[in-house]
Amino acid sequence: MHIVVTIKQVPDTNEVRIDKKTGTLIREGVPAIMNPEDKHALEAALCIREELGDVKVTVLSMGPPQAGNTLMEALCLGADEAFLACDKAFAGADTLATAYTLAMALKKIAPVDLVLCGSQAIDGDTAQVGPQIAECLGIPQITYAERIKASEKSVEVESGFGAVRRRVSADLPALVTVGKAINRPRYKTMKGIAAAFRDKGVQLLTSQDIKVNPGRIGLTGSPTSVKKTFVPELGRAGRIIDGGPETLSLGIIHTLEAENLLPKS
Amino acid sequence: MSLSYQLDEKHEMVRAAVREFAECEIRPVAGALEEKEAFSVSLTRQMGEIGLFGMIVPEHLGGQGLDYVSYIIAVEEIARIDGSQAATVAAGNSLGLSPIYYFGTLEQQQRYLPELCRGDALMGFGLTEANAGSDAGASKTRAVKDGDDWILNGSKIFITNAATPITRGTIIQAVTGSDSRGKPEHTCFVVENGTPGYTATPMKHKLMWRASNTAEISLSDVRVSRDAVLGQPGDGFKQMLSTLDRGRLSIAAMGLGCAQGAYEAALKYANERVQFGRPISKQQVISFKLADMAMKIELARNFLYRACWLADQHQPFGKEAAMAKLYCSEIAKEVADEAVQIHGGYGLMKEYDVERFYRDQRLLQIGEGTSEVLRMVISRAIGC
Ligand SMILES: Cc1cc2nc3c(=O)[nH]c(=O)nc-3n(C[C@H](O)[C@H](O)[C@H](O)COP(=O)(O)OP(=O)(O)OC[C@H]3O[C@@H](n4cnc5c(N)ncnc54)[C@H](O)[C@@H]3O)c2cc1C
Ligand SMILES: Cc1cc2nc3c(=O)[nH]c(=O)nc-3n(C[C@H](O)[C@H](O)[C@H](O)COP(=O)(O)OP(=O)(O)OC[C@H]3O[C@@H](n4cnc5c(N)ncnc54)[C@H](O)[C@@H]3O)c2cc1C
Repeated sequence: MHIVVTIKQVPDTNEVRIDKKTGTLIREGVPAIMNPEDKHALEAALCIREELGDVKVTVLSMGPPQAGNTLMEALCLGADEAFLACDKAFAGADTLATAYTLAMALKKIAPVDLVLCGSQAIDGDTAQVGPQIAECLGIPQITYAERIKASEKSVEVESGFGAVRRRVSADLPALVTVGKAINRPRYKTMKGIAAAFRDKGVQLLTSQDIKVNPGRIGLTGSPTSVKKTFVPELGRAGRIIDGGPETLSLGIIHTLEAENLLPKS
Repeated sequence: MSLSYQLDEKHEMVRAAVREFAECEIRPVAGALEEKEAFSVSLTRQMGEIGLFGMIVPEHLGGQGLDYVSYIIAVEEIARIDGSQAATVAAGNSLGLSPIYYFGTLEQQQRYLPELCRGDALMGFGLTEANAGSDAGASKTRAVKDGDDWILNGSKIFITNAATPITRGTIIQAVTGSDSRGKPEHTCFVVENGTPGYTATPMKHKLMWRASNTAEISLSDVRVSRDAVLGQPGDGFKQMLSTLDRGRLSIAAMGLGCAQGAYEAALKYANERVQFGRPISKQQVISFKLADMAMKIELARNFLYRACWLADQHQPFGKEAAMAKLYCSEIAKEVADEAVQIHGGYGLMKEYDVERFYRDQRLLQIGEGTSEVLRMVISRAIGC
């Protein structure tokens, strides 16, 4: 069985600040990390490998050369192979072009039985790339997995949506997007680091390697145009309710009702 | 020869890996464990799981197959959070595992290294005695041959990792005779816990490293077979000197990590603490203190890594190890002291980590060669 985990390198948003004027992230000097949910997706793949035995786990990213560091980290965590789709022609991709490029790269490293993605990236945050890859490849998709049970032929996935839980299964090949509730990612081990730097490496894929339609990649292949990005003004004005116990409690109740914060009786 | 002032990616990965672990698993429990004087078996096992023991031991012997620079970065990163856990790891590797790896017979390596490298077991290194500290040659513990066996009598004091629930045994240095000039000849023995006549008792009420295990050992007619001799009889003193050279690199790493942790806490606090209408870091007196701290740490780090690099290149590094240990432990003292000063009264309270750093650094100028002894080592090495 061959599992591919798609991994995006993102800025550590704990450390990121937003340029108030342009509305964009200030990326300078911000450490790059593996998108957190992708770490959970990788962990899920490694667990399936441990359970089923004969499984190869490959990681795939599209990004600039430094995204190779994040793939190295995935190799240290235990992935068997890593590919980085890296080409100037891929730059400026929106989610559609990103998904198309990743789908074509997946075709190149086929046969693939199971694709695991994070549900969403902490910077772009659209949660579109996984589903779009599945559409490009014409394979079933199951989103927001909180539990995955894989066999040679199929995958069964449980997801939680508030009060509702959903359990669906799909024949392989299939794509599953993974949320944080699914597992607790392992730590990198010293042995894993030694092995990754001794025996493994990141293989580059250019636009030539993966036979893409040049009209569907990078900026050219991106129909989205961003009109404006801005930081929403979050007013945090406190309101003081004065008076004796009775006025005070009524005041609180009325305020909560006005804000729709109390269950309707 | 080329000069490179950048660590390679593997070393950066080791740092990131250990830092993540230390931040998530050690930081939340460090204060409470040390307050309770509790050695944590589960935390030690966890450190074993990510590979913090046997870092420089090759994989076929159960180790992690990394180099000295990696190991030293790992100790530095743990010490940045907690001196006690760093002590468990540094002593576990440099004092417990290393002598068996470097001097043990193949049988001893196969017998002990796998579980030591997993962190499932620990081994102590017993050199110091009540009346033989800096003057290690004055040790009184004796071993006498009896047929194929040896009988050991004596005592040891201050032995790290020697009395934890997972301690497998301790390497005991004993006098086994004298050479032609009448100088005592030493031999090291691996004495397993549970051997009749052998007891290791935890020593409590330490000022620092309170979550690290320190033990007192007593040996009364302890019979061990000749398989317990580490390497060859008579090699004990040489083995001890070489072990201390390497061990000093790890004590230096603890000093560096301690200084780094104290400095980061002080910088953060100085930027947050407002007095006279602005953060105290805007007072030149305070910012200059922080600048000095940062400078000392940079110097210490660069020099320590060079000493480790020499060790990795199999070049002589004894003088550099002594200098690195001396310098790193002394700047740890200076930095931790200023970190407390910058915290004012809060720095003396247990809610703030600098209080712990301030105490933990104090051992570093005493263990594995006091600052005075190291100055003797260095002055000899430079030809005084
Ligand atoms: C400065 C800037 C400008 C942008 N401009 C546009 C724009 O004009 N139009 C537009 O639509 N978007 C734009 N984006 C968003 C960008 O295209 C997306 O970040 C990217 O396509 C992925 O989408 P996402 O981050 O929402 O990922 P999501 O869909 O939230 O990610 C879900 C999962 O998909 C996988 N994945 C996503 N990206 C990759 C990747 N590169 N490699 C491997 N796996 C991946 C991961 O498994 C991830 O967990 C911009 C982003 C930035 C930072
Ligand atoms: C927490 C802890 C853990 C330890 N772990 C271990 C361990 O795992 N294994 C082990 O074998 N030991 C261990 N030790 C012992 C440690 O190595 C000794 O404490 C150290 O070597 C100093 O010996 P001492 O305490 O007897 O001091 P002394 O040797 O009595 O020194 C007292 C003072 O005299 C000075 N002095 C001594 N000789 C000279 C001289 N010639 N010239 C100038 N000044 C001199 C010293 O520098 C010091 O200031 C540990 C100690 C502690 C506290």
